[in-house]
Amino acid sequence: MRFAILPTLLTALSLWAASLLAFEAEAQRRFGPLEAETVLKVLSTTDTALLAPLLEDFLATHPQTALDYYELGSADLMQAVITDASGFDIAISSAMDLQVKLANDGYTLRHRSNLTQAMPGWANWRDHVFGFSQEPATVILSPRAFEGLELPRRRQDLITLLRRHPERFSGRIGTYDAAASGLGYLFATQDARTSDGFWRMMEIFGSLDLRLYCCSGTMIEDVARGDLALAYNVLGSYAEARSDLSGQVLILEPQDYTNMMLRSAVILRDTAEPGLAGELVDHLLEAAWSPEGNPAYPFHRYPVRNGAESAPYRPIQMGPGLMVYLDRLKRQRFLREWHSAVEQD
Amino acid sequence: MTDQPTPDARLRSSGSLRRRLALQLVGSAAVLASLLFFAVLGFTRDVSQRSHDSILLASATSLMDSVTIEEGQVTLDIPYAALSMLGNISDDRVFYRVTLDDSTLTGYGDLPEAPAGARLEEPGYWTGSYRGAGLRSVTLRRRMSLDSGAAGIAITVAQTREGQQAELAALTRSALALGGGFFAIAALLALWTAQSSIRPLQVLTGVVSRRGPKDLRPVQRAVPSEMLPLVHSLNRFIERLRVSLTRSEEFIAEAAHRVRTPLATVRTQAEITLRRVEKPENRNSLREMIRAIDESSRAAGQLLDHAMVTFRTDSLERKPVDLQALAEELVGRLRPVAELKDIALVLEAGSVPPVPGDAILIQNALRNILDNAIKYAPPDSEVAISVTMDQSAVTIAVTDEAGGFPEAEKNALTERFVRGSNAAGTIGSGLGLTIAREVAEAHGGRLVLSTSSTGAGACVSLSFPLS
Repeated sequence: MRFAILPTLLTALSLWAASLLAFEAEAQRRFGPLEAETVLKVLSTTDTALLAPLLEDFLATHPQTALDYYELGSADLMQAVITDASGFDIAISSAMDLQVKLANDGYTLRHRSNLTQAMPGWANWRDHVFGFSQEPATVILSPRAFEGLELPRRRQDLITLLRRHPERFSGRIGTYDAAASGLGYLFATQDARTSDGFWRMMEIFGSLDLRLYCCSGTMIEDVARGDLALAYNVLGSYAEARSDLSGQVLILEPQDYTNMMLRSAVILRDTAEPGLAGELVDHLLEAAWSPEGNPAYPFHRYPVRNGAESAPYRPIQMGPGLMVYLDRLKRQRFLREWHSAVEQD
Repeated sequence: MTDQPTPDARLRSSGSLRRRLALQLVGSAAVLASLLFFAVLGFTRDVSQRSHDSILLASATSLMDSVTIEEGQVTLDIPYAALSMLGNISDDRVFYRVTLDDSTLTGYGDLPEAPAGARLEEPGYWTGSYRGAGLRSVTLRRRMSLDSGAAGIAITVAQTREGQQAELAALTRSALALGGGFFAIAALLALWTAQSSIRPLQVLTGVVSRRGPKDLRPVQRAVPSEMLPLVHSLNRFIERLRVSLTRSEEFIAEAAHRVRTPLATVRTQAEITLRRVEKPENRNSLREMIRAIDESSRAAGQLLDHAMVTFRTDSLERKPVDLQALAEELVGRLRPVAELKDIALVLEAGSVPPVPGDAILIQNALRNILDNAIKYAPPDSEVAISVTMDQSAVTIAVTDEAGGFPEAEKNALTERFVRGSNAAGTIGSGLGLTIAREVAEAHGGRLVLSTSSTGAGACVSLSFPLS
């Protein structure tokens, strides 16, 4: 019972904090005029700088509108929506599972437009969750660490390399802490679902003293510095965005399969500006899926899969299946297995 | 006679048989179409509901299969497919709940459980509302034995019904189209059926109403068995009418015959007496008497002629008749009578081909026309008889100088016992032109009354077709 008191206390504290600020934003920025007629409040897990050009492009056609952009973690975003749904208009998140759960549990608003109908069906769930990017889960390599070795192209190559050269890679492998990072958890569970080799690879990682990270930024930097030889399941889009590190990192999209995360936007149920929020979503979708595109779009535009190709890119399926790994018991079980694989002493 | 009998104001219609039939058939079609609609709708809804239920059940079953007991604790490892399979059938929202002895193990703690089936092992289904959305859910229940004793586990999987409702709406539209199409076809068939079942009646009506006024033969046309009694009754009625008409014609002929012979005797006696008496007033009385006797005698003769014509036209005999010879012979016979009135009979007859017909009847008809002409023509005038032919018929025309027919009466003059307004003072019964017309029509020809080309008199022409 002693342990039960702590979460209760924390919840009470956070509720108290919520009444003041609602949530802990990592960053907040106002786009557009200070004195605007309408203000859209956007919750997002995406780096402000990454989306800024696209948002400013939107405001260029909406002079009387401003955007308040709150950057925060995916779990915080979920919490902010559930505890204080009324304050915000749009939620943008890389955590597809949480976005789907928000829509499933009724926190989102339906939106239909020409763009939502023209976009690929697999990127649109129920006209509630709209994927507007395809971002691969990649392996970031340090070129120096792989000197003299043939660069791996598939996971099997990587496992072979690690087995042959344990001394070179020991302590120099990084990945997300699946327990701490929503995106890391999503990628790990999708890996586990897709390939039986996942657990074997995790065990090899664990035997080589795997280092766990909360966020992609530090992981990419550590690879660039040479502290890490490789970082597994890092968003390629983040590595590409770090133009300052070009040449110091190699981005590998595994050829056996590459999970594609869809960054997605939802319109929140209690928005006061459903029309305007819909326009902003359409703006994102147009940049992502229309043939014309938008020069301000920060993500790589991959060809739209049409099912017949056997390309290694596998967009993660939006739908109720994503909620399976959010199940309390399932998550406990998965993390237990994951920990036992990656933490070997 | 026109084809369509003129409606009799005294006959009241009890409604249209065809319309009633059509309405009843269309009504039954409507009832059947709506039955079909509801049957198809119910059936497809049932199938759709069952297929949805079976997927929900499959999902719940796979959840139940993942239940294990680890270290005395009930736990479960939800298979990815358990929820993603629901995402494959529709984009609906999915909820689930696992309870162990009424405490929620995982899932949505406030999701209502479906009521239990008849037996515990049977899945329970429930349709209701949850979080503001319509829901269909299934609940599976099992007993498990734990270290601490038996425990009941219940797994509920639910899905909102938007996709199902869209599917049902599409099914309803299909069923509606099916029912509507069925009704349209059935209604068209009903109208056609009504029309065709009424056709024998229309045909019979046509057959009866197209008949000539004297045609009293029984109806021979084949009719549907339901109409046989009607036609049978009609034929019996026609037979009675024919018998009755024949009887009265015979009676008239008999009466005329019986009157004519005594009249001839009376006339002879009256003439003998006229020669004997000398007082002018007595002689005048006797002349009046003889005139009256002549008139009666002539009427009786025409009645007999008419009866004869009626009899012979009933079974017309068709032999080649030389109209030129016939006219010449008749003119020769009547010339002495005409000369008594100083009337000249002028015959202009060319050679004409024979026409098929009854010579006695034609002679009778022409004699009646000539009698009329001689009777009405003034003294010292001329009655011209011409026999001509054109492509299809031979025409005998009789032209007098008696002033012609009053224009207004021309059509009525050929009716029985109708006499012209200028006939007063002349002996006649009004049957002459009727006999001539009946003979012409019995031969398929015509009687035409007109004013002569000079305008001084009337022209009566009888035409007989060549074939």
